[in-house]
Amino acid sequence: MSEQLRIGVLALQGNFREHAAMLRRLGADVTEVRLPHQLADLDGLIIPGGESTTIGKLAALYGLDEAIRAFPAPVFGTCAGMILLAREAVDGTHGQPLLGLVDIAVRRNAFGRQVASFETDLDVDGEPEPVHAVFIRAPWIESVGPGVQVLAEAAGHPVLARDGKYLVAAFHPELTDDTRIHERFLDLVREEQGVRA
Amino acid sequence: MAEIGTMRVKSGLAEMLKGGVIMDVVNADQAKIAEEAGACAVMALERVPADIRVQGGVARMSDPDMIKGIQAAVTIPVMAKCRIGHFAEAQILQALEVDYIDESEVLTPADLENHVDKWKYTVPFVCGATNLGEALRRVNEGAAMIRTKGEAGTGDIVNAVTHMRSVFGSIRRLGSMYEEELYSEAKRLQAPYELVKWVAENGRLPVVTFTAGGIATPADAALCMQLGADGVFVGSGIFKAGNPAQRARAIVEATTHFNDPAILARVSAGLGEAMVGISTQSLPPEQRLETRGW
Repeated sequence: MSEQLRIGVLALQGNFREHAAMLRRLGADVTEVRLPHQLADLDGLIIPGGESTTIGKLAALYGLDEAIRAFPAPVFGTCAGMILLAREAVDGTHGQPLLGLVDIAVRRNAFGRQVASFETDLDVDGEPEPVHAVFIRAPWIESVGPGVQVLAEAAGHPVLARDGKYLVAAFHPELTDDTRIHERFLDLVREEQGVRA
Repeated sequence: MAEIGTMRVKSGLAEMLKGGVIMDVVNADQAKIAEEAGACAVMALERVPADIRVQGGVARMSDPDMIKGIQAAVTIPVMAKCRIGHFAEAQILQALEVDYIDESEVLTPADLENHVDKWKYTVPFVCGATNLGEALRRVNEGAAMIRTKGEAGTGDIVNAVTHMRSVFGSIRRLGSMYEEELYSEAKRLQAPYELVKWVAENGRLPVVTFTAGGIATPADAALCMQLGADGVFVGSGIFKAGNPAQRARAIVEATTHFNDPAILARVSAGLGEAMVGISTQSLPPEQRLETRGW
């Protein structure tokens, strides 16, 4: 229906290959982003899971933090990516780099260490069938600002939410074969293109 | 409902470590330096491999107090080592809730025939391998992550390169075989046929594959990444060198920007002395850790 979407995946560290593979399955043109100039002309960006301190420090070293703050198109953050996008990390880790773009407070490793990592079926707003979700040393959303739409919860805490042109997930949709969450992000990208056009 | 300890959850953490550097640390101060430098995880151990070589004796699992001290000091994943086949050490490490157990040839083996049955644990395991058959035997036992062994504590990259070329080269050769040839190839590799077939079809190991053993410089890390590693373990190479914080940061940057020689040149400059090291070719056979594991 429309031309191919150009989506970047932040490739500093973490699970970027799986996001790229998922996006290619959905027909997107994928760019691995390691330096600020690689953000030019992209229709959207995914910040993957990984270690949020590692990704945050590498982003700051090369000016990607400011470049992402200035990035005009939608951004989807999963797990570590959600933490990086958040306004606040409530456990107050010293030196935790945050982009502060999404009006949520997150708790890192909220479910516990790796022994508590789990997979489960998740009811997602607007999806008739549950989404099978994988949580790895996952954060949850502790509190949301007024403009934030919560789309799914686990253990009584939001784990999928939208704030304007930002989408955040505490789990890893790239680790399953279910493409629905990525499709929602691509829908958001098209929707924002319509708004800006 | 919610399931813990599944293979997807165990291998999932390794997926999140990709493109990162896992650093050996012996105390909380080193762990903080590693985290600050951008390590994606730390390996808590009492003696780095270079010191185990010098001091000799039996190398065992670390003191739980020391592991807890490191867990309290950092928010990144904390790994710890058990001896090959020492399932009681593994049980203790699981009780401590370490994020990954390394069943490691760096410690003195506890069993000369059997490795730990890793399927029994909620905590995932990483194991060393020198070739594809060894890697698949470990996966068959439940390892959720593989690292090529190299020769720990030497600062000499040559064995790491040998092992990566062996593992990744064997995978490429499998991809060119006819299906009927995979049966005898599985026998030759001493690995289960189903895993051999999976690798032939997918062109990679079923789990994330890091490199370890001898990485001492940013260039070493970039070499490993370009050869196909998903990430690197750095043991003695950081805290046995001058300016550990700066070297650690440089190796992290080199692992991310492994294909950008201009960045590699910049981060390689002015790091001070690298660890002196030992040429692995000069090691007598009984001092070669790579031969431990079966």
